[in-house]
Amino acid sequence: MMPVLTVRELSASYRKNQVLNNVQFNIKPGTMTSIVGPNGAGKSTLLKVILELHPKLSGNVSFFGSTYNKSKSRIGYVPQRGSVDWDFPTNALDVVLMGLYGQIGWFKWPKKSDKEKALAALSQMGMADFADRQISQLSGGQQQRVFLARALVQDADLYFLDEPLAGVDAATERAIMDTLKVLKEKGRTVMVVHHDLQTVEDYFDHVLMLNRTVVAHGATKETFTKENIYRTYGGTLRWMGEKLG
Amino acid sequence: MSYTGWILLTASLVGLSCGFIGVLLILRRMAMMADAISHTVLLGIVTAFLVTRELSGIHMLIGAIIAGLLTTVLVQWFHERGVQQEASIGVVFTSLFAIGVVLIATQVGNAHLDVKHTLMGEITFIPWEKTHIPWIGEVPEAVVMLSAVLLVVMIAILAFYKEWKITSFDPALAASLGIPVVLMHYVFMSLVSVTTVAAFDAVGAIMVVAMLITPAAAAYLWTDRLGIMLVLSGLFGVISAILGYYIAAWLDTSISGSMAFATGLIFMISFIGSPKHGVVAKWIRPQMLSS
Repeated sequence: MMPVLTVRELSASYRKNQVLNNVQFNIKPGTMTSIVGPNGAGKSTLLKVILELHPKLSGNVSFFGSTYNKSKSRIGYVPQRGSVDWDFPTNALDVVLMGLYGQIGWFKWPKKSDKEKALAALSQMGMADFADRQISQLSGGQQQRVFLARALVQDADLYFLDEPLAGVDAATERAIMDTLKVLKEKGRTVMVVHHDLQTVEDYFDHVLMLNRTVVAHGATKETFTKENIYRTYGGTLRWMGEKLG
Repeated sequence: MSYTGWILLTASLVGLSCGFIGVLLILRRMAMMADAISHTVLLGIVTAFLVTRELSGIHMLIGAIIAGLLTTVLVQWFHERGVQQEASIGVVFTSLFAIGVVLIATQVGNAHLDVKHTLMGEITFIPWEKTHIPWIGEVPEAVVMLSAVLLVVMIAILAFYKEWKITSFDPALAASLGIPVVLMHYVFMSLVSVTTVAAFDAVGAIMVVAMLITPAAAAYLWTDRLGIMLVLSGLFGVISAILGYYIAAWLDTSISGSMAFATGLIFMISFIGSPKHGVVAKWIRPQMLSS
């Protein structure tokens, strides 16, 4: 089967430090992959370079056997919650509608059908009652659900999420993971930057272990081993010894 | 129309254009870029005058757009090479403004162009510099130019409303949706430059900054909706213009200075009394919850 994402010999730097070195992997359709690695391993940078939000030094990325520009409408992106200004004068429904701005096209305003789509996505995330709520008056978990709803309306084939479970409540974590599972069942591909090693095995069928380069990549069962965790995190992860003992 | 009527109309047009543009400026966290551009357009105007040897509206507008874009590009260029954003703005705008001042002093001589006029404007003279418009009659040149600019500003905001909304709120998402973030930024900065230069001849650089930033900052305190914020900001601009004129008439003082003062007054009232984000409301709310 043709990979949905192919990354070849990708290198990039951030503020003069090389953070990605010769990164190479393929992602198969219908998989759910977590990207894990220590702080500074280049997880978020990897997503940004793949989506051309951050320049690469060298290498090659292709989507569905084509270029990024030709595939934009098939790709959904959920940035880190902290990357936007939540005091912006707008409400939850408007933020979700933004996911449709690319499809609506120039000089046109969102139609009633667009608003219905956005509302349906909010309902799916259990947020229908908060549609009119100003976004600064939502809890962190609710803000993350709004971001997820925005990704849902994009109706993409390939999703990238940057730490969607960071600092959210248990109910939100469940809502997000249920949504991602539904996407996977529909044959969509999901890549998630993830920080909680305890849940990798429960949540994801594939794992990409990153520390400036790919340390290990494959099905979670075979790849997420004690040896690979030590190789990825080095000596920085003493507490893992207890868990994997 | 009476002398007072023309002045109020001129200042209200400035208040509307600046009020609308100002909302997007502060939401994009670019308030200081307004200060920068309001000064560097001087260089654009002087250069346009030196090239064409006439002080006509359209030449000044083109000169100002070029100067505004040059400011934007240079600020970004230095910032990308390790200079802090604020420092970069400070360096670029003072340097370009200084070049403009030197050119006026050495090259321009007695033309109707001087530094004091640039900073403070001369709204008092506006009703006398009239031009003939078919069907309407004698209209001050500034009113014609400001009306045209207001029309451009309103069309642009209506046309690019969702693009500017999303590139202001979440540029990364905008880029991933295929919206040209950089192009939209430069289109917006061109609009800031045009608005500034049109307003500038009437009210001067200082009041342009007051009209761009303060009504928008006040409107931000009253609402959580972008559309309403735009309307309120324009409205506050017009109220400031009218209120400022009567303060000036009452105290017999500078008109543009009084209008800038009026924007500050409206901001203070909003800051204290706004039911959403005002100081009083914030103070009362926790007590209501506990009672």
